[in-house]
Amino acid sequence: MAQQPPTMAVSLEVNGEPQALMLDTRTTLLDALRDHIGLMGTKKGCDHGQCGACTVLVNGIRINSCLSLAVMHEGDAVTTIEGLGTPQELHPMQAAFVKHDGFQCGYCTPGQICSAVAVLDEIKAGIPSHVQGDIGGAPDMTVLEMRERMSGNLCRCGAYSNIAEAMAEVAGVRIAETHDAEVRV
Amino acid sequence: MKFETPAGTNPIDAMKVIGQAVDRVDGKLKTTGQAPYAYEHSEIPAKPAFGYVIGAGIAKGRIASFNAEEARRMPGVLAIVSAKNAQPLGKGSMNTAKLLGGPNVDHYHQALAVVVAESFEQARSAANAVRITYDRAQGRFDLVAQKPGAQPLTGNDADTHTGDFEGAFASAPVQVDQTYTTPDQNHAMMEPFATIAWWEGDALSVWTSNQMIAWNKRELAKTFQMPPDKVHVRSPFIGGGFGGKLFLRADAVMAALGAKACGRPVKIAMPRPLMLNNATHRPATIQRIRLGSTRDGKLTAIGHESWSGDLPGGGPETATQQTRLLYAAANRLTALRLAELDLPEANAMRAPGEAPGLMALEIAIDEMAEKLAMDPVKFRVLNDTQVDPEHPQRPFSQRNLVRCLEDGAARFGWSRRSARPAQMREGRWLIGMGVAAGFRNNINMTSAARVRLAGDGTVTVETDMTDIGTGSYTIIAQTAAEMMGLPLEKVRVKLGDSSFPVSAGSGGQWGANSSTSGVYAACAKLRDLAAQSLGMDPASVQFADGEVRAGNRSAPLADAAKSGELVAEETMQWGDLGRKFQQSTFGAHFVEVAVDFYTGETRVRRMLAVCAAGRILNPKTARSQVIGAMTMGVGGALMEELAVDKRFGFFVNHDLAGYEVPVHADIPHQDVVFLDEEDDKVSPMKAKGVGELGLCGVGAAVANAVYNATGVRVRDYPITLDKYLADLPEPV
Ligand code: FES
Ligand code: FES
Repeated sequence: MAQQPPTMAVSLEVNGEPQALMLDTRTTLLDALRDHIGLMGTKKGCDHGQCGACTVLVNGIRINSCLSLAVMHEGDAVTTIEGLGTPQELHPMQAAFVKHDGFQCGYCTPGQICSAVAVLDEIKAGIPSHVQGDIGGAPDMTVLEMRERMSGNLCRCGAYSNIAEAMAEVAGVRIAETHDAEVRV
Repeated sequence: MKFETPAGTNPIDAMKVIGQAVDRVDGKLKTTGQAPYAYEHSEIPAKPAFGYVIGAGIAKGRIASFNAEEARRMPGVLAIVSAKNAQPLGKGSMNTAKLLGGPNVDHYHQALAVVVAESFEQARSAANAVRITYDRAQGRFDLVAQKPGAQPLTGNDADTHTGDFEGAFASAPVQVDQTYTTPDQNHAMMEPFATIAWWEGDALSVWTSNQMIAWNKRELAKTFQMPPDKVHVRSPFIGGGFGGKLFLRADAVMAALGAKACGRPVKIAMPRPLMLNNATHRPATIQRIRLGSTRDGKLTAIGHESWSGDLPGGGPETATQQTRLLYAAANRLTALRLAELDLPEANAMRAPGEAPGLMALEIAIDEMAEKLAMDPVKFRVLNDTQVDPEHPQRPFSQRNLVRCLEDGAARFGWSRRSARPAQMREGRWLIGMGVAAGFRNNINMTSAARVRLAGDGTVTVETDMTDIGTGSYTIIAQTAAEMMGLPLEKVRVKLGDSSFPVSAGSGGQWGANSSTSGVYAACAKLRDLAAQSLGMDPASVQFADGEVRAGNRSAPLADAAKSGELVAEETMQWGDLGRKFQQSTFGAHFVEVAVDFYTGETRVRRMLAVCAAGRILNPKTARSQVIGAMTMGVGGALMEELAVDKRFGFFVNHDLAGYEVPVHADIPHQDVVFLDEEDDKVSPMKAKGVGELGLCGVGAAVANAVYNATGVRVRDYPITLDKYLADLPEPV
């Protein structure tokens, strides 16, 4: 028998619950959530940072959990799709996705919703983007901004137009204004 | 139940629940991460082990040596299964290449072995320590090079001739004769192929991700040479398929082999970089289209030939299909030619045939309209046909293509389009509009369901139908609710389990109409049972508001099951209305693009689809099908291409970074209009499919818009800027 792989203890908080794990150091945060904690809501689409299906919030900031080793998250607070809301008590973004049919197969959806929640916060916090007119000014809460910032979350079912409607509703943006914005290319 | 004559008035026509834009019944599960996909099920008999698949490192040849000694000694490793130590396997009748290769290799990344270990990390690491050497053989990887040897086909794929095409084309005063190419494309569904498999004695169970449960069960039985009734397949949630999950694939076979070898359940998700060469793709095509017209715009000759390639024993991309039915013209020719290639297996992807076929045909139509100096909407309208052009005595069951085109043109502001290209400018942007017709046949498949009425007045539907994002759960619940006179909340739907009656499954845009027709049939039987149980005449009862009514008598539906659950099972079968009437779906796609003068970047600014597809069972989920397809159409037009390495025989860009699909920023707000239709000749639901129709024609509408913006005609998809940048007009 060859040498056992190194393991390491890690303690983190997931959806408000403390988790103490002993993990193979190669385990990603994504696999720790899915295979060790049993939270299967976060999806694996590529395992290479190419699709966004694995998006979770770490200390309030969205990351691709497949690109991060679990043992790097000692003491972090992780929020997954399960932590945002439940079928009985939906988060407003989850409710807006249902209302606007912002998904089809549903596989990219947890990642889209985690990203969508974070994107609205990023715009509010003034974090700049590529489509901003004035990079020194504050970004506008427009669908153009949202589309740009959501572009790391692939949806092969092609629900983008509906996701934009869902996000606009949660952001309180009138959709007519947002259409003008996108015609402005 | 057999559908043999056009549907009269039936309970679905009440449209209290059917036809309503209700939210998906599984929406809350999917948006909260509670819907379990294949890899995620915990209902398994023991702690699972993890499998990691090893794919071939050559495209063609033989394994020279296979050394797993080091890997076998690595921590956590439970088993390594390859063709050397696997039981002899049969080949599924729908697979072209074997799912477990070795010693011969048929294509790049063909599965050669599975390593099973206690953890995913251990399995992956040990898989990397398996040493394989190969004797590489010469392969054929270039469609252009193999085109001269491509062969004609027989049966449905044989050449078609109507009238005298060659003569009519030669003498036509206005001609188009052009060649178009479409590249290899990938489904790129977001959920990887994934399976959990285990054995109990000689019985095999799988949680898997598959569109066609009964096919999967049959093919697993064939592969493992066992009776089908010993195979249990479940696939309640599927993270997209688009045709890529129609067939049994290597994840299920390798998981079952691994589970047998280690005596435990084994779970496998295909690593994304392995998927694109391991599994199927939509093959590239070369298409020659010849159109002949009178000077006043009547087509007299339509010829469409298409070349594609596949592994020996495979099939063609049937890109000429729609050309047999879309436009009138007395003289017609279609021909498919199939070359042998040693690339990965070619097979169905969303709207096989029509999707690439219309990408070519609908550019050719645009080119002809321009030569005639006719508006491309008017030209299409002028050449509409209400009968099958090859068999003029055979009408369409319903055909409103003209209305799709004319309504769409009015809504889209088509009159603002400049007939001359490269005339509309906004700052640094060249603006263009394009149109294309959408066309896809309706297919009906045998479909069965079981319905149960419980004493609490709820109805449960069981059928092996799948929901791949299409909304099957929802429209099936709506169908049962309408039939039984119940609100939606009183219906439960269970899908994707091979222990349920065999349904149509999800493919060929047949799922919605066929599977709900099966549920209709089962509910019709349940209505009779309920009426009998309540002592009412089945012929004159009504089901509404949770009650059963006959004359002035009424009773709660629940009472019918007071003394025990009522169960009805029925199969919908189809007569010959599909032969008497051509049953198809129609659409018109309108697209506006902006092309940057300086960089050549193309942005899609507006999209509209007008669809005529019979009764729309749920406008919300149907609309989603169409916008999703429009998005895929933009991908096909502007970015999607599997790049072939012609020396080594594989797709180079085999992951989601290299195989580009549309992202949020690529897609504007999309508009979809459904014409208010009912097609009584297709089914009691009077509905047809939309999931593939939504894709058919989109690519050409984008291409035509790019031409209208730039004046540069690109006939080689995808329309990437390297193909037109040098020819863009000078900035003013
Ligand atoms: S699974 Fe992490 S980005 Fe795709
Ligand atoms: S809903 Fe299927 S990939 Fe987004």
